[in-house]
Order: sequence, then C-alpha cells, then structure tokens
Amino acid sequence: MKKIAFGLSAVALSIAASTSHAGEVEVLHWWTSGGEATAINVLQQEMINAGHNWKDFAVAGGGGESAMTVLKSRAIAGNPPSAAQIKGPTIQEWGDLGFLTNLDDVAKASQWDQVLPRVVSDTMKYEGHYVAAPVNVHRVNWMWANPEVFRKSGASIPTSWEQFIVEAKKIKAAGFTPLAHGGQAWQDATLFEAIALSKGSKFYSDAFIDLTEDTLRSKDMINVFDTFKQMREFVDPGFSGRDWNIATSMVINGDAAIQIMGDWAKGEFTAAGKKAGIDYVCYPAPGTSDAFTFNIDSLAMFQVDGKEKQAAQKDLARLILEPKFQETFNLNKGSIPTRLNMPRDKFDTCAHSAMDSFLASSATGNLVPSMAHGMSVNSMVQGAIFDVVTNFFNDESMTSEEAVDKLARAIKASM
Amino acid sequence: MNSKASHSEPNQTRSGRPARLSLADWMPKIVMAPTVIITLVCMYGYMIWTAILSFTNSRMLPSYKFVGFEQYERLFNNDRWIVALTNLGVFGSLFIIICLFLGVVLAIFLDQKIRAEGAIRTIYLYPMAISFIVTGTAWKWLLNPTNGIEKMMVDLGFEDFKFNWLADPDMVIYCLVIAAVWQASGFVMALFLAGLRGVDGDLIKAAHLDGASTFTTYRRIILPSLKPVFFSALVILSHIAIKSFDLVAALTNGGPGYSSDLPANFMYAHTFTRSQVGLGSASAMVMLGCVLAILIPYLYSELRGERHE
Repeated sequence: MKKIAFGLSAVALSIAASTSHAGEVEVLHWWTSGGEATAINVLQQEMINAGHNWKDFAVAGGGGESAMTVLKSRAIAGNPPSAAQIKGPTIQEWGDLGFLTNLDDVAKASQWDQVLPRVVSDTMKYEGHYVAAPVNVHRVNWMWANPEVFRKSGASIPTSWEQFIVEAKKIKAAGFTPLAHGGQAWQDATLFEAIALSKGSKFYSDAFIDLTEDTLRSKDMINVFDTFKQMREFVDPGFSGRDWNIATSMVINGDAAIQIMGDWAKGEFTAAGKKAGIDYVCYPAPGTSDAFTFNIDSLAMFQVDGKEKQAAQKDLARLILEPKFQETFNLNKGSIPTRLNMPRDKFDTCAHSAMDSFLASSATGNLVPSMAHGMSVNSMVQGAIFDVVTNFFNDESMTSEEAVDKLARAIKASM
Repeated sequence: MNSKASHSEPNQTRSGRPARLSLADWMPKIVMAPTVIITLVCMYGYMIWTAILSFTNSRMLPSYKFVGFEQYERLFNNDRWIVALTNLGVFGSLFIIICLFLGVVLAIFLDQKIRAEGAIRTIYLYPMAISFIVTGTAWKWLLNPTNGIEKMMVDLGFEDFKFNWLADPDMVIYCLVIAAVWQASGFVMALFLAGLRGVDGDLIKAAHLDGASTFTTYRRIILPSLKPVFFSALVILSHIAIKSFDLVAALTNGGPGYSSDLPANFMYAHTFTRSQVGLGSASAMVMLGCVLAILIPYLYSELRGERHE
C-alpha cells in the first residue's frame, strides 16, 4: 500500500512539474558524439537565455535509426516533440502525414528567403511553407589525402578518376593502401555518388533526383559502375564492415593515401592534432571541383499544443538561423553555415574552400543533394540504390551492365 | 483436470470455511492474470497486427489500405530477401547439425567419469552465458584478415596463409556458422549430458554383460533413449537460428554487400530504417511461418505422446 501511495504521489508530482514549465521545447536529436554534443549545447544555452526551458531528448546510435523509431511511436501516440532532427525528403514524408507546423511568420521576419540559397530553402518547405530550420551544410564530395604518402610514392593529387587510377597504382606499388574505405553500404554509396558526380551535375540530378530510367540505363552509368569496380583493387583486404572514422585514421597514420568522405572527417584530423594544408590536405573528389553535394541537417517543427510551447518553438526556429549560432555550431561540427555571406575568419582553409564552392555552385546549379545521405530521394529508394551498389562492389562476378539493369529495376520496385 | 479436483477437495474439508477458500482458489488466477493478458496482447495481439499490416500498403507509419498479397510478391522479387532466405537455409542447417554433433560427442567424452569434469563442463558451457553481440565482436576481430588469425599466421612465418572469409561474399556465411557453433554447442552438450546421466545404469550393465562394446552400447541403447533430448535441442537451436539478428549485426553487419543478411536483419532494415512497414511485416510473417513449420510437428508429436501415456 505504502508503495502504491508513493508511486501515485510521484506521478502527481511529475504531472505538476511538467505543467508548471512554461515555454518548453523538447528536441529529439542524435548529436551525441563529442563535437556534436558541444555544438547542440550552444543552442540549448541560447534557448535558456531567451527564457525557455530545454528538454533534451537525445537518442544515440545507428545514424538516427533508433531516434526515428522513437519519433514514430511518439507521433502515433499523438505526443510528438516540439522539434526533431529530420532531413531532406523525410521532411516531405512527415509533411504528407500532417504532423508539421507552419514557420512562415518566423521565416518572413528573419528573411530566410534572402539568407538561404534556393536549393536549401526548398528542402525546408512543405507545399511552399517553411516547416523546418536548417542547422548546417556538409559537403560530401571531399577527398582527404595524406601528402606524406603521396611524396613517398611519387604520386600527385588526382583531378579526374582516370588519373586517380594511375596514381593509385603508383601508391599501391610503393606499399601503401591507396584508398581508405569502410565496407558499409552508406560508405560504398558515398564513393559511388562521387564517381557519378564526375559525369556532371545534370547526369547526377537526372539519375538520383528525377530517377530517369534512360539515365539510369545509360552508357555513362555503365561507365560509372566500371570505375567504381576498379576502386575495389585499391582498398585493403580488411575493409569489410569498417567504420568511417577507422578509415580516416588510416589516412592520419600514413597507412593509406586517400579517403573520399564528407567534411565530418575533418573532426577526426583535428582531434588527432593534425593541421589542414600541412599534415593533411582537402580537395574536391576527382572530377567534381565545380560541383557540391550537400548534406543538410535540419530541425523539423511539429504541431504542439499550448501558447507557451508554440512561442518557444518559434524562438527555437529563429535562433537556429541567427549568425551567432550558425557560426559556433558549425565550428564545432566541422560543417559550414547554411546562411550565405557570414563572417568566415574563424573557419579553416577547408571550410573556406567549401564556402566558396557552396556560393559558386548555388549560382550555377551545380549544388546537388547527396543521394548517399538521404537528401535526394526518400529512404525506400535510397535503400534500393544502396543494395545494388554495395552488392556490386563486393560481388566479383557481377558486370556493370547487370548492375545498371538491377539498379533501374530496384528503383522502380521501391517507388 | 484430475489433479485440480483432488487439490481443492481436501482443502474444503480441512478448513471448512468456504469464504476464505474462494480467495485462495482465485489467488493463482489473479496472480497469473497479468502474465496471461500481456502474453495475449503483446504476443498474439501484435502477431495478428503484423499479419494485418503485411496485407496493407503501409510505408512509414501503419496504414490500412489493403493491397492483398502485393507485399509478398515484392518480397519474393527482392534479391536481398532471396539472399537472406538462402543464408538462413545454409546457416540454419549447418549450425544445427554441427551443434548437435559436437554436443553429443562432447557429452559422451565428459560422461567417461573423467577428472575435473565440473571445471571442463563450465568452460564449455560458458560461451552461452555471454550475448551474441560479444561473440560477434570477438569473432569479427579474430576473423578480420588484417589483424586476426590470418595476420598471426603470416607473422609466424606462414606467408601464404589465407583466411579472409569475412571479406569474401561467398564464404562469409560460414563465419556466422563458426561463431554461432562456438557459442551454442556447449549448451547442447549440457542438455545431452543431463540426458546421459538419466539413462538407467542397469540397462548399460546388462548390455556390457551381454558382451556389447562401449561404442555399440552408445549407438544402440543410450543414444536412442535420448530422443526427447534430441528433439528439445533441435527446437531450441532452430529458433535461435531463425531469430538470429544480433550475431549478424555485430559480426558482419550483413556485409560484404548484403551477402550475410539473415531474414531478421532484412525485416529490421525495411521496417525501421527504410519506411517499408508493409514489406517488413510480410517478411516477419514468412519468418513466423518458418518457426511454425518446425514447432507444429514438434508440438503434435509431444501432445500425441502424452495422450498415449
């Protein structure tokens, strides 16, 4: 009896506690590793300074898989958090289900249409209305290289995939692993989309945004698969299942020459005490110097009840786009701000190069969403592409023609 | 039926107070009720829900637009599902056969009244006490060609030694078998050892008096009498095989490519990360079918056996 009474009073207390909080935002995210956690704490602090309560709802692990599972069950139960880390076409899926709230008044007051590039603001809108706020921009088509390994093996930095193959052979002959790679589906896809992008952003968009069957079955696509298969001989035998940061450490330690990976890899170099331009160098992936594949993290805002909660949510959206938060967050995360024309003196040379390319490519139309990171297609199509790409990379007997046929069929079946 | 009646009758005569008696009578039912409800709702209820979802076009969230067998059609047109199902066949049969064989052999060796039997038994049984995640991670390191067994042999001077099954799409499924057998064969041994100890000693003595060799005694008398143990082991092992998820997740993560996927991993990937709840439910129903295919004959033989007694 005593226990039951205690339990009841505890429940009563917690109810009282939750109703007494005015202006609370609950934020579901999976920014839990070192630099990321520091970055999100900045936002938490700013919200507290603005007089709101921050209820942290971090669900670690699995690239957000577990967080998404939690979010779905909360949404079905009719109790979604104020904001959740959702990106790309998934925002549209949640919009279709009618869960997201309208942020147009915040966007208008803070002039989001002017400070964000068109491609970015389109991703944040559902049926023409803002429903999410972008936090950062990652460039995916980066090539990270160890100049020491290049010097020792007498190779030079490649600027096309044809040259990559020539240089990689030299590096391999000198006893190094040319390409640091982890055999996980998303890493295979990251490498694959970098090769596809070298055929031009028109080809890339036709294939991975519009999913045009003619492009998917084209000669160019067969060619992309051919080049992709050749990469197989430049990875070391233990690549299977390796995590991306272990692959990065191979470049850091001088065991491997190159890694094709997004700019989050920079965090590993920085953590190891390496300097950009001296200990490691960053170049756009071969043949993609004028293009930019983006991966944008964003917080989508859910419909919540209560005036205070709604006001806090609007404030959260406003603060995310403030220059101060954009700068601190991205310095910690290794990415670049989504706002154009920000002061940039605190960022390093790799970030400067990414900012230049972001600005230039947003004007020329070479700014494209990353397929490997779920920015260009929904999770069903992405999964179908992953299956074909990763299977092709590991199956020695599959020809590029077969792979192209499988790709076109798998995409069709998943839609 | 019979035992229940005999249980309540003496109670009544002894206490003689029907009011308290009914509480005592209801108590077991009240205590059991939550378990029954939880089992009914969380096991059978969700099974039925999954079955219903497998006939709908559910994507990210459940929907109730029925599409007949379309999800099953998509499922069996999916290359990855076929790979997962084939893998289950290879993995399941090898795992069960090798575990049973090793379990029987180890149990017979341990049954020879050797010294330090307790210690040896614990050592063999111990892997069962750790989770498949730990087993998978440890074997991942051992089987990795750049830092595991292959590297050790090369460092020892066998330069041509090759053991890269983990990176070979055709052989990787056998890595799963190795790790799973390592984990479960000790458990099978314990089952059989308990069975061996239960065999009537007089029978064995009689066989020896009749001049049967030890081998013949085992083959003709002891092992046939262990049929129930054999069936229990078979059922336990086959459901371990069908629901295997954590081992794959830790050891290979389905790779290289998706060559070491098992149905449970396929189901998880499609239901929870790819917004294909309908397709995932369909694959879950096929897995349920596999379990039932093993369980129903077993239950049938068990229940029929009881009736005969």
